[in-house]
Amino acid sequence: MEFKTFVFYFFAAIMVFAGLRVITSRNPVHAALFLVLAFFSASGVWMLLQAEFLAIALILIYVGAVMVLFLFVVMLLDINLDRLREGFWDYLPLGSIIALLMVAEMGLVLGGNYLGLLESHVPQAAADASNVQAIGRLIFTEYVYPFELASVVLLVGIVAAVALTQRGKRKNKAVSPSQQVFVKARDRVTVLQMPAEKRD
Amino acid sequence: MVDALQGLLQGLFGSVFPLVWALLKIILIIAPLLLAVAYLTFWERKVIGWMQVRIGPNRVGPWGLIQPIADGLKLFLKEVVVPTGADKSVFLIAPMFAFAPALAAWAVVPFNDTLVLANVNASLLYIMSIGSIGVYGIILAGWASNSKYALLGGMRSAAQMISYEISMGLALVVVLMVSNSLNLGDIVGGQGRGFFADKGLGFLSWNWLPLLPMFVVYLVSIVAETNRAPFDMAEGESEIVGFHCEYSGMAFAVFFLAEYANMILVSTLTALLFLGGWLSPVGFLPDGLLWLFMKIAAVLFFFLWIRATFPRYRYDQIMRLGWKVFIPLCLIWLVVVGCWMMSPLSIWK
Repeated sequence: MEFKTFVFYFFAAIMVFAGLRVITSRNPVHAALFLVLAFFSASGVWMLLQAEFLAIALILIYVGAVMVLFLFVVMLLDINLDRLREGFWDYLPLGSIIALLMVAEMGLVLGGNYLGLLESHVPQAAADASNVQAIGRLIFTEYVYPFELASVVLLVGIVAAVALTQRGKRKNKAVSPSQQVFVKARDRVTVLQMPAEKRD
Repeated sequence: MVDALQGLLQGLFGSVFPLVWALLKIILIIAPLLLAVAYLTFWERKVIGWMQVRIGPNRVGPWGLIQPIADGLKLFLKEVVVPTGADKSVFLIAPMFAFAPALAAWAVVPFNDTLVLANVNASLLYIMSIGSIGVYGIILAGWASNSKYALLGGMRSAAQMISYEISMGLALVVVLMVSNSLNLGDIVGGQGRGFFADKGLGFLSWNWLPLLPMFVVYLVSIVAETNRAPFDMAEGESEIVGFHCEYSGMAFAVFFLAEYANMILVSTLTALLFLGGWLSPVGFLPDGLLWLFMKIAAVLFFFLWIRATFPRYRYDQIMRLGWKVFIPLCLIWLVVVGCWMMSPLSIWK
């Protein structure tokens, strides 16, 4: 067996295991952590395909940012596991239909090579070509309008998030640091001269 | 000599030789790094001692040199207390999550034009992504301790790290814009060319001078990113409780190893990105590994210096500095450098 094949099966086995644990583990935080493990192994597999930019972006964005926020939320919620499992049988038919659809789609994508559905083969980049440069060039030439549209959508998302959390005027008494640094001792403290009183 | 060793190992291990060879190179990087981490703690105590007109540790061994080993041994022998109701596996994994990224990032750090473990194209991107994982150690440690204080401390430290990662990342974007590369070796190589470098004054051609605002932002951000004083909300022992308040023994020590390993890593990055890496500052001296080590040591000294000098920031001031000062500054400077590069005055042709 070639070394590369061994590495692929190593990552693939971990990814399948982690994926299973995401849906079977009882603790939501553990599930989130197994999802992180699955992302890591996926990025390893992409690295094998020499899609280094994609692999690193997966870790940078999903593991480094999205999952951190996920964990924040999951940790702070008071999750009742029994309530979570209540409607399992009611949702099972709908869930299984979606699952079957996804399996069928994956089968089409993966089996496309054998069935002759794909018109062209996936192009392999040269070993020394820079992924980042190629992607950057494509984004800013051929796909510039979709790219700009996507960034506008993201911007709307940011503005919406800010608008959702900002309700009315801020109601705290914090002093602006720029005013704070100019405070002199005599603004706050007054030294009074009092004549000494005689004891009687 | 290297060839002879390579030949010998090739005969010995046969087909698994590449694995053995890579492992050997990893050990060659990690072992000196761990030694450096141990002695950085010693150097810190000495330097801060001198700045505060004390002597610092001087009892264990000649000039106190065995002190870090003694500290390590002491922490090894202490019991790791797992709090009641804590999630034991996550509690023990969290320190590893904090430490591992600080080691893994070294895979792509070049020491001179040829000495690098993995010379990948997107090495800077790799370091950024590995660096973004370090925050997991903090969040998980806070959650797994089953303590309100640790959870809130973890949230606080994580929010601080994420905030400063943004300004750090934007500063890096400016650097890679002017270097036109994501490869650390190329970024250093690009700093060796320019008007001043041709005149024999290489240190004026390094990135710190044309990108001075970014250099300052980066220097402050790495201090906040590694949770060091004056931004050390994680261990502000006198006023606030940190994420590792339930940890003891070696599990606690690993968090500190991670902190110091991260310090060395970000100092190395500063040396490579802004201070010309292994390039010699003046034309008549040769380039070499020694320059890189001297620059790393200088940045590390800066870390210790400000710890001994400045009082701790308040938490809302830290967040204000990150979000309201550094990020707008970075965004503006990003546009300025972009315009500069496109103008006829560009110095990065």
